[in-house]
Amino acid sequence: MARDVSPWKAALLSLALLALLLGAWELALSGPAGPGGAAMDPEYAALLGQAAQAGGQTAMPAPSAILARLVELLADPFHRRGTNDQGIGIQIAYSLWRVAAGFGLAMVVAIPLGFLIGMSPLLNAALNPFIQVLRPVSPLAWMPLALYTIKDSSISSVFVIFICSVWPMLLNTAFGVASVRREWLNVAATLEAGSWKTAMRVILPAAAPTILTGMRISIGIAWLVIVAAEMLVGGTGIGYWVWNQWNNLSIADIVIAILLIGVVGLLLDRLLGWVAGRVAWQE
Amino acid sequence: MSAGLEGRPRSRNGHDGREAGMISVEGIARRFPGLTVFEDVWFTVARGEFVCLVGHSGCGKTTILNILAGLDGASEGVVLMEGRELSGPSLDRAVIFQGHALMPWLSALDNVAFAVGCRHPRLSRAEARARAKVALEKVGLAAAAGRKPAQLSGGMKQRVGIARAFAVEPKLLLMDEPFSALDALTRGALQEEVSRLVTEAGQTAFMITHDVDEAILLADRILLMTNGPQARIAEVIENTLPRPRTRAGLHHMPGYHPLRDHIMDFLVTRSRTLAGPPPPGHDPRRPPVVRPALEETHA
Ligand SMILES: Nc1ncnc2c1ncn2[C@@H]1O[C@H](COP(=O)(O)OP(=O)(O)OP(=O)(O)O)[C@@H](O)[C@H]1O
Ligand SMILES: [Mg+2]
Repeated sequence: MARDVSPWKAALLSLALLALLLGAWELALSGPAGPGGAAMDPEYAALLGQAAQAGGQTAMPAPSAILARLVELLADPFHRRGTNDQGIGIQIAYSLWRVAAGFGLAMVVAIPLGFLIGMSPLLNAALNPFIQVLRPVSPLAWMPLALYTIKDSSISSVFVIFICSVWPMLLNTAFGVASVRREWLNVAATLEAGSWKTAMRVILPAAAPTILTGMRISIGIAWLVIVAAEMLVGGTGIGYWVWNQWNNLSIADIVIAILLIGVVGLLLDRLLGWVAGRVAWQE
Repeated sequence: MSAGLEGRPRSRNGHDGREAGMISVEGIARRFPGLTVFEDVWFTVARGEFVCLVGHSGCGKTTILNILAGLDGASEGVVLMEGRELSGPSLDRAVIFQGHALMPWLSALDNVAFAVGCRHPRLSRAEARARAKVALEKVGLAAAAGRKPAQLSGGMKQRVGIARAFAVEPKLLLMDEPFSALDALTRGALQEEVSRLVTEAGQTAFMITHDVDEAILLADRILLMTNGPQARIAEVIENTLPRPRTRAGLHHMPGYHPLRDHIMDFLVTRSRTLAGPPPPGHDPRRPPVVRPALEETHA
């Protein structure tokens, strides 16, 4: 059975679905009963606060309004007018910086430690209980502890990113290293390659695809978690920005943030996918 | 028929010269809990000699080879190389593995260059690659040097493995059924290739094989192992067929048929009937030496 799909057809269908969705959204809001506080559940309106209760203002914007706002935001994404008015590009950059720092730190810890665990069954057995208990803990549960000990909110979010990215990398590295084929190690041994050379030239490239899989899972989780962490600690970053727009009741901004978070997440995943492609090997 | 014996002069002292052994295996055994794979195994490999080990599956051939390579240790006994006890793997002993064991993330050239770089750590990367290229040329693979193992045929992969082993210029070449995964035609070509390289380099070699013709083609001596457990070397065959030998010409050589029949007979029946405790008068240090090819021509 031919399962091949023409990319053109798929793209066309995607576009049609998007147009349908946006069209329906636009139509629903442009109807007479659509906009305005009147259509809103009073309790919900109360929850939304003053802005909505004032009435006459659309809480849920139409796609056209969102697009206009997007153009506006992207026209000057890197502006800085005081602490509470920074461009969306700056906010994303803050988040990316925290993810990069936490993720980088996790790499520095997880890959060497994973190597040791993968090579030593004893260490593996000894550390396994810790890993099993700590791994399922939501990274946000660490936040109060981080805030208490580190006292800096930005570094605390970096720590939370570190904690959530470390496990997939650690487990994948350990697994990848432990499953390096015996025969390659034998080749290295008969060539008297030495442990450093064996680690760098045999074990690392052999385990690299598995390690990259772990890193790819980690970056995905890190990007999920940073938004929540920044909502919690505030200050800067895309998560904080979303929360801020929620307080301002700028639903358009929130929709835009969701879109941008998705796009950045996709790009991060593609980046690691590209690296994974570079280190992949086939037998 | 002394011409046959001396067809390969550098192996002349290898026939009975335990003193001249480059490798001397002295009473090794390998035991796992509840299982003695083999015990009381004695043999030597003289400088420049080609020794084949033949026996049924599971009798411990790979285990013996791994012990010679230093990848495994004997439970009892010692292995001496040039008079010194072996401890661990060494560049003096190169292995051609059964499953080529190439690193799939490296090109054919870089697989060989890795070995060259291990042998000569002082060489620059470019020099190591240049030497690797020469080694690949010797096995006729210069054109495929840039390809990854996944893009090579089984025979080509094994050729890279051969080039890698020769590139470290080992004192002893160890081969564990290097051609058993190949089709008959490729196997024949590679056997002659190895034969040529070994002769050119005056290479001392130890090889495990299931293929009787392969043993006859390549070996100066063939060690026959009984079935396991508690396998031992039951008999040593001296291959007196003159060199050069070719695969095509082999079965026209006088003495080939009795030699082949003797080995086949051993594999089919005697490896089984001789298994277990050795017969009285059997000296494990000096298992009986037979020259089936010679006996026929005298008869
Ligand atoms: N780690 C181990 N624990 C227990 N038994 C083992 C172990 N390794 C090998 N053996 C046993 O040792 C015996 C010899 O194994 P070996 O691989 O040396 O056989 P072989 O002669 O090379 O066989 P083949 O011709 O099939 O390659 C086998 O019976 C095997 O079951
Ligand atoms: Mg074997």
